Amino acid sequence: MKHIIVYIEPKDASSLKRTSYEALTAARSIAGDAQITAFAVHGSEQALATAGNYGVQSVVVAKHDLLSTYSSTATAEALAQYAQSVSADTIILSGNASGKEISPRLSVKLKAGILPDCITLENDGGTVKAIRPVYAGKAHIAVQSISDHSIIALRPNVFTAKQEGSANASISSFTPNLEAKHAGVKVTSLVKNEGRLDVAEADIIVSGGRGMKGPEHFPIIEQLASTLNAAVGASRAVVDAGWRPHGEQVGQTGKTVSPSLYVACGISGAVQHLAGMSSSKFILAINKDKDAPIFKVADYGIVGDVFEVLPVLDAKLKAMLHS
Amino acid sequence: MNILVCISQVPDTTAKIQVSGDGKSIEKTGIKFILNPYDEFAIEEGLRLRERFGGTVIALTVGSETSKEILRTALAMGVDKAGIVKTDDILDSYNVAENIAGYAKSISPDLVIFGRQSIDFDSSGMAPMVAEMLDLPSISVVSSWNIENNVITAERDIEGGKEVLTCSIPCVISAQKGLNDPRYPKLPDIMKAKSKPIEEIASCHGSALVSLTSMVLPSSKRVGMIVGDSEAEIASVVTALHEQAKVI
Ligand SMILES: Cc1cc2nc3c(=O)[nH]c(=O)nc-3n(C[C@H](O)[C@H](O)[C@H](O)COP(=O)(O)OP(=O)(O)OC[C@H]3O[C@@H](n4cnc5c(N)ncnc54)[C@H](O)[C@@H]3O)c2cc1C
Repeated sequence: MKHIIVYIEPKDASSLKRTSYEALTAARSIAGDAQITAFAVHGSEQALATAGNYGVQSVVVAKHDLLSTYSSTATAEALAQYAQSVSADTIILSGNASGKEISPRLSVKLKAGILPDCITLENDGGTVKAIRPVYAGKAHIAVQSISDHSIIALRPNVFTAKQEGSANASISSFTPNLEAKHAGVKVTSLVKNEGRLDVAEADIIVSGGRGMKGPEHFPIIEQLASTLNAAVGASRAVVDAGWRPHGEQVGQTGKTVSPSLYVACGISGAVQHLAGMSSSKFILAINKDKDAPIFKVADYGIVGDVFEVLPVLDAKLKAMLHS
Repeated sequence: MNILVCISQVPDTTAKIQVSGDGKSIEKTGIKFILNPYDEFAIEEGLRLRERFGGTVIALTVGSETSKEILRTALAMGVDKAGIVKTDDILDSYNVAENIAGYAKSISPDLVIFGRQSIDFDSSGMAPMVAEMLDLPSISVVSSWNIENNVITAERDIEGGKEVLTCSIPCVISAQKGLNDPRYPKLPDIMKAKSKPIEEIASCHGSALVSLTSMVLPSSKRVGMIVGDSEAEIASVVTALHEQAKVI
């Protein structure tokens, strides 16, 4: 490993997405003597320069008309061209929605082994060895690229973003050689979930399942979420029943989340639900059935009726947070 | 419209996973294998497009003799043809993609449809990888879409919202749950599917780019403090969240 490129994305005018900071930190942890360059296709100077706070001093931003509206195909092409121009051998990116579309394309363009959904990385004598969950998290595999290049996509929110220094990164530009055919797919609009914290981005999630008995009882979940400054999540059973919107679904069909605290209320813990949340740092479960599978993965569990436990829990948490 | 639907056979979602003697794969005995659940949406979407635009739907899988079972399911649901690239040892996802792309090149489909991910390796990389090999645009995890004058407009969930994307045909998409309600094959169709031909396609012997060095069952490092519902017990959990886990 000689040169690592980290693909970064802006969150707003002054910062990058947390998943980008995670990728920068992860790159540093395995770099050894290798050089690290951050690469972006969008972002203000102020936002891109914050890569420096995470220990990466050099940022390259690709400039081209065909990159002005987001296109996964044009982004992958620009990134591959840059990697080749500097003979980079390793590309690290978040395995978020965009990373999942770009990374497989990079693998083909660079004939690079792809390691998706990684939860740990290790520098094993100069090549990256990664661990990742398979079979809905029921097993873990160790994988490494055996070609000259590796593409490493990180499961979002698993790696901690650690600040290192406070210097602004220096920013230079790169002009890729793009043609219309490279921008075959384009994003035409983005509808943000206004006002609500998204489960995929939240540090704490409070989720409700069928044990909540009906949509009219979700204000109890929302109340607890607001106390903890958390996002509201849901099991598929309640999304399918129309009690909650699709965007809140956690699990194999929904979103994969790794918050620092996941609170499961009236959720049985079916394997497809666990697939989406078992890499949470801490799990608190409230369920009236002491044999519910969710308790097998829980750090903390309260065996009881959600309608009795949650108001007490909420009051105790408020008292704790205000003391 | 000619549609290629790529499907895979996976362990039943509730299967108990054990690591086999080689330390790199799962113990297959006693496991029930099923059609990857997301691929049902892909097949259904192919059939609905044929109903709307005409053309043919071909189902393809890369796998061993036993994978023919899922092709029978696809035939029972109504696909016109089924093919299998037979490989007893799949090297890695790149190798699977090469085999799919190789076949796709021979039939030049207008659309290639995948399920959003196969629930064994959960990589979600197959659709963009095959698209790249075919030099086509792709949209992953599509939850609703429309085709008008060969232009696709599709919606997909991303972190914090929804993206609307557009590309033109030919292209590759991967299907998310909610795209449709897959039909259940009827008994006479299941019976008929048993005797339909399945084309066997020679595999291309590529080389792997990734090596899987070991597989283990994850050890649970959970605290495991499970208490009752008295006020004092609930308070003890709140204290632990603060002092032990330090998450609040
Ligand atoms: C291919 C596939 C993909 C899937 N993807 C997902 C996915 O992404 N996400 C997902 O969540 N599921 C998914 N599922 C569905 C999954 O198998 C379960 O059906 C679902 O997770 C169950 O949701 P639940 O826990 O809310 O409901 P249930 O399993 O019905 O559990 C309800 C729980 O609430 C408890 N309870 C009831 N009343 C109370 C009370 N008053 N107080 C306290 N506890 C109470 C019960 O003891 C029970 O444990 C998928 C399934 C398949 C086949």
